[in-house]
Amino acid sequence: MSIAPAEYDVTNRASEEGARSEDYLWTLNFGPQHPATHTTLRLVLKLEGERVVDAMPEMGYLHSGFEKIGEHLTFNQYVTVTDRMNYISPIANNVAWHHAVEALLGIDLTPRCRYVRTIVAELARISDHLLSNGAVGLDTGAFTFFLYAFYQREVIYDIFETLCGARFTNSYTRVGGVSQDFTPLVIEKIRAFLKTFPKTLDDMERLLTRNRIFVDRTKGVGVLTKEEAINRSATGPVARASGVTRDLRKDEPYLAYADLDFKVACASAGDCYARYLVRMQEMRESLKIVAQALENLPSGPVNVGIDQRMALPTKQQVYSSIEGTISHFELSMANRGFEVPFEESYAAIEAPNGELGFYIVGDGDDTAYRARCRPPSVLHFALFPFLIRGHTLSDVVAVLGSLNIIAAELDR
Amino acid sequence: MPHPCPAVDDVVAELVARFGPLETSVFRGQTRVELRPADTSDALRLLKDRGFDLLVDVTCVDYLEYKGAKHRYGLVYLLANTVTNQRLTVRAYLDDPDPSIRSVVPLWEGANWLEREVWDLFGIRFEGHPDLRRLVMPEEFTAHPLRKDYPLQGRGERHNFPVITRDHS
Amino acid sequence: MAVNGSSKLELPENVFVSKLDELASWCRKNSLWPMPFATACCGIELMATGASKHDLARFGAEVFRFSPRQCDLMIVAGRVVMKMLPVLQRIWQQMHEPKWCISMGACASTGGVFDTYAVVQGIDRFIPVDMYVPGCPPRPEQLIQAIIDLQDKIQREGTITGREFDTAGRQARKRALVEITSPLSIDASRNPVLQRELAAAAEAIGPRT
Repeated sequence: MSIAPAEYDVTNRASEEGARSEDYLWTLNFGPQHPATHTTLRLVLKLEGERVVDAMPEMGYLHSGFEKIGEHLTFNQYVTVTDRMNYISPIANNVAWHHAVEALLGIDLTPRCRYVRTIVAELARISDHLLSNGAVGLDTGAFTFFLYAFYQREVIYDIFETLCGARFTNSYTRVGGVSQDFTPLVIEKIRAFLKTFPKTLDDMERLLTRNRIFVDRTKGVGVLTKEEAINRSATGPVARASGVTRDLRKDEPYLAYADLDFKVACASAGDCYARYLVRMQEMRESLKIVAQALENLPSGPVNVGIDQRMALPTKQQVYSSIEGTISHFELSMANRGFEVPFEESYAAIEAPNGELGFYIVGDGDDTAYRARCRPPSVLHFALFPFLIRGHTLSDVVAVLGSLNIIAAELDR
Repeated sequence: MPHPCPAVDDVVAELVARFGPLETSVFRGQTRVELRPADTSDALRLLKDRGFDLLVDVTCVDYLEYKGAKHRYGLVYLLANTVTNQRLTVRAYLDDPDPSIRSVVPLWEGANWLEREVWDLFGIRFEGHPDLRRLVMPEEFTAHPLRKDYPLQGRGERHNFPVITRDHS
Repeated sequence: MAVNGSSKLELPENVFVSKLDELASWCRKNSLWPMPFATACCGIELMATGASKHDLARFGAEVFRFSPRQCDLMIVAGRVVMKMLPVLQRIWQQMHEPKWCISMGACASTGGVFDTYAVVQGIDRFIPVDMYVPGCPPRPEQLIQAIIDLQDKIQREGTITGREFDTAGRQARKRALVEITSPLSIDASRNPVLQRELAAAAEAIGPRT
């Protein structure tokens, strides 16, 4: 198997000397501790000169038994573990987990909660895409772009910190609601972000989108066709850059997405550059979603009512009404809690990285019998050998960056 | 409750016509079909031809301690149609000893790593899989940690390493 | 420099005297080259520490190098699991003396919320650690504080011969797995009860040849 140009005929020379052509390949180990893997992946590359003949990815360097923990923590406790799953957009994982739990329990959220969750999920998408595009820039030599992106992430961290007290691992959602409602200060900070961010985004686009070096290094590299994207179960920006129009926000509208006006960013080229462009465009669409949702934020309670016995009642309700006291007592007692059907269900959201879903098996108590996470990163990392075959060694980091593989979500 | 979409009903009816009486159920709008393990590969090929072209997930549940469970392992295939956005869940049950099933990698390349993960964590063999190695646990690991008879804290494997001190580093 | 009649040392204004040890420690502490062993969420906060807002360069420790041969401070950020621990140990051994290790975050220090089959319950069981940073993940300010504290420690304890690294007594306490010694090798000179027990044990074993 030779993919070298004709004038550099490895196979012929090999046969002359009585050796097999594979003797001329050399093997390069890449990772598991390498800056361009961003986290803990390992690649064993087979090289012919500078061309990658084959890549053998290996994972599991961060496997911490998330799904096993999910069988031992209650639905509200496990949200802390989902924070640490796709750790560049933790709040989107919180939303995904409780979306799946509420699908199993059959809870209808309040209108305000739908909007609040939509806003935080979209802010998480922006911060995710900032880092993933920033990392592509970093790997292909554009450090300034990365610093611009990280500064904006700090602004979003600040919003989340005002919202729930934690800047990074938020654990924001609860069964049937969220831990803290929006305060006027949070809304003010989001408004300020909406006002300042487009300008920075324009600056960032000017830095990179038509930058000759960046375009040369990403255009035509790691092409994924539409058929292969579906065949290999790609989702999210990776699939949308290849012409798959699937987006759960449009196709299975959950939360408040049905009420909001936004477009799905798609491209047909399927290369690293297209994935970069899709992410850039998605940030703009997310901004639109956040702006609309914030202006139309319904009033009323953010958690479901106490009659459903799902969300903890407020202090006011506990002290002033008998229903509130009973509900608080029931939810706090170890042998009470939720009534969970003996059933299994799957529900997914469009997380920044692709379809992030949970397959939950209920067994009567408030701990899942099985909490399977459907991680987009695994399927995207499995794409990697297919995408890199025939490209040069320097393209490895560009392809790896554009797939946005997060090790904690990959290995769980 | 009727099936959410008539097309899913038609496909299920076709499955029943081809593979005999099947148990189907609907929960919160999700249609589930239970297949015999020997039929899954053919049935999934049929479903792929009928438009369920995206394999969303392959996973497994160990029903060792589950109330009223008749089988030990339940395999779950989640399918979706990328044009009409319908979903279908296919389940198949397996038992000890030597739980094994035909691989679906010939149908979907995406199943490759998902099946390797199920082999790694549950010990279910996929016949005809091109490269059935452990995915996340180390090669020398012997247990299948997501089985219910494996403890959460493990059996001490995590402490079984040499210690490096300042004196010999 | 001039020595006057009363044997008093007079120094010009631009000369000062120090011990060589202190000079070496001062150089080392202000030019730490960290090796980011970033595995999980803490790695993102480590990136935030180095990035625009928090800017680790203010403390002379921003030269992140990814080759262990070039580094003298390993920052283990994130949980270390069974498959990763041999890699961690190997990278630690590849680093040259003098070297230090910061265990960043709850997972690296104790396993954190991940008390599961795969996660090592604290890297200090298997490699030496100089500084622990609490938090899940720690804020960038906390990591910066840890680096400042480590700089203090280097200034206080550093020697030019590296004696601080081979004080066996100081390091023995850090070992999680204590080496089990034979009962006959225990120092019993100050413990009469132990002396009697040991004598009985020695009698039971019989005379040595």
